[in-house]
Amino acid sequence: MNIVVLIKQVPDTWSARTLTDSDHTLDRASAEVVLDEINERALEEALKIKEAGQGEVTVVTMGPPRAAEAIRKALSMGADKAVHLSDETLHGSCAIATAKALAKVIGTLGDVDLIIAGNEATDGTVAAVPAMVAEVLGLPELTHARTVTLQGRTVTVERQTDDAITVLQAELPAVISVNEKINEPRYPSFKGIMAAKRKPVSTLSLADAGVERTEVGLANATSTVIESAPCPPRVAGQIVTDEGEGAAMLADYLIGQKLI
Amino acid sequence: MAEVLVLVEHSGGEVKKITNELLTAAARLGEPAAVVVASPGIAGKLRDRLAAYGAVKIYIAESEEVDRYLTAPAVGVLAALVASVRPVAVILAASPDGKEIAGKLAVRTGSGLLSDVVELAADGTATHSVFGGSYLAKSRATTPVAVITVRAGAIEPRQTPGAATEQPIEIPAVSARTAKVLERRLIEGGDRPELTEASVVVSGGRGVGSADNFRVVEKLADALGAAVGASRAAVDSGYYPHQFQVGQTGKTVSPQLYVALGISGAIQHRAGMQTSHTIVAVNKDPQAPIFEIADFGVVGDLFTIAHQLTEIVTIRKS
Ligand SMILES: Cc1cc2nc3c(=O)[nH]c(=O)nc-3n(C[C@H](O)[C@H](O)[C@H](O)COP(=O)(O)OP(=O)(O)OC[C@H]3O[C@@H](n4cnc5c(N)ncnc54)[C@H](O)[C@@H]3O)c2cc1C
Ligand SMILES: Nc1ncnc2c1ncn2[C@@H]1O[C@H](COP(=O)(O)O)[C@@H](O)[C@H]1O
Repeated sequence: MNIVVLIKQVPDTWSARTLTDSDHTLDRASAEVVLDEINERALEEALKIKEAGQGEVTVVTMGPPRAAEAIRKALSMGADKAVHLSDETLHGSCAIATAKALAKVIGTLGDVDLIIAGNEATDGTVAAVPAMVAEVLGLPELTHARTVTLQGRTVTVERQTDDAITVLQAELPAVISVNEKINEPRYPSFKGIMAAKRKPVSTLSLADAGVERTEVGLANATSTVIESAPCPPRVAGQIVTDEGEGAAMLADYLIGQKLI
Repeated sequence: MAEVLVLVEHSGGEVKKITNELLTAAARLGEPAAVVVASPGIAGKLRDRLAAYGAVKIYIAESEEVDRYLTAPAVGVLAALVASVRPVAVILAASPDGKEIAGKLAVRTGSGLLSDVVELAADGTATHSVFGGSYLAKSRATTPVAVITVRAGAIEPRQTPGAATEQPIEIPAVSARTAKVLERRLIEGGDRPELTEASVVVSGGRGVGSADNFRVVEKLADALGAAVGASRAAVDSGYYPHQFQVGQTGKTVSPQLYVALGISGAIQHRAGMQTSHTIVAVNKDPQAPIFEIADFGVVGDLFTIAHQLTEIVTIRKS
């Protein structure tokens, strides 16, 4: 079983996230960055599948040089190797370009059985890259999975959305995206952290991956951000301590605001 | 005037409210043309509502096949229409399905994708609320067709009659490499308003302490005619179901009134509710970060306050 996990380094949701003034892209330089939590769950699912049978888990990311830290984390959790598509021209790529470039990188890995991604990244919240990668590769996608079951070459997932649980099935190769409730990702062990240092990481340029320069980057994006501005932060209002009258005071406030 | 395709969201033979919002947004860019992809006999039931919200045309793609796949029939229908009618835009709901259909359609037609839009101007400029409402960004597609997903509740729907001329169309064959739907178990919505549509939301956090205790949150919500929400900690502890999670990785809500009970106000929770018009919070810890963004806060026990407030609201109503 040859499994690829798509991982993305994102600004830590615990830190203040900003857009740059110059081109309105994510300010990756000033942000504290982490491996997106949902990708730890995607990797956990891949490692479970590997451990239940056999195979190899390759993590793939497209991102700036710093994304090497996210790769390191994934390797310490137990991924076998990594491919990092990193090229200055990629800066500001749109979702279509991202999906096409990721598909090209996956194409360099030989016969891939399963591609596992997160259902939504916490920075762009596009929640479509996995389906778009599947579209480019002509593979079935089984998204928002809360469970994944493999039987031979048949994969079945329970897809969880607000209105329904949908049981989806396809034959491998296939693309899966997992939701936040699928599992609890493991922590890297000391042994895992040490082993990660010796695991192979190949860094690809656009040319290495066979991606055309005219297909990616801000200049070739199919959509562009034309302006951005931070919203004024909310300010704290009135805080009272309940000494028997708390609910009445809250009710008075709501009545004053015509909310009840 | 150029057409603007709107993928109709429907369930149980009824048009979902978001569809009215999508048609309203579409009318700003051109002539709204509703696209119904459904099993046979459904489109007829939707017609009057689509006409009432300005659909000039209704493309009807009906087949028994539709329920066997998730998004592929809709992607095929929309891609065929993009090629034949050359719309200026395709507008879909920013729901899990809508986002995926949009993404695949954008790849297939080489069209710019504008995701999770909260406002749309006549010139095609889209506004996005990013990083949990801490930024507003405006974007445009650089391609002839824009594929746009619109966030539920963001655009005020407007009734305006449309001709709703019906035009049946074929569903292109679905590729053999498509996941099949084996089973679909609907999650009952219940009697309360939908979370993203509600004008009042009452949410409970880990402080509620148990699934049973969530009755306290529900009682206040019912007195206020509100939807119930929950923090991730409450959901992960099994107090309340997943689909009610508010926050970074849950729902984004923007009601007139948001009531936070026993929620500390972590940045990821705030990301899903800080654009609410008015925020009130009850927490026993005066240092809880939720108080930094609350318009009115009570330091106290949530059970006492929620119970008393429920009584006050009930008395006022009668
Ligand atoms: C990538 C990522 C995504 C995330 N996404 C989300 C998300 O979508 N939504 C979300 O909510 N969180 C999310 N989180 C988690 C978030 O960081 C917090 O852990 C979570 O919001 C905490 O929930 P809470 O406030 O209910 O619990 P706690 O932080 O434990 O707070 C409970 C509060 O209840 C108060 N309390 C206890 N008992 C009482 C009482 N009797 N009366 C009054 N007050 C009482 C306590 O003082 C405390 O402030 C995410 C985290 C990450 C890393
Ligand atoms: N640049 C990227 N590199 C690798 N994987 C990505 C990238 N962008 C998105 N993904 C994958 O797609 C998932 C959903 O992201 P998105 O559709 O952007 O919200 C993520 O959790 C990743 O698994």
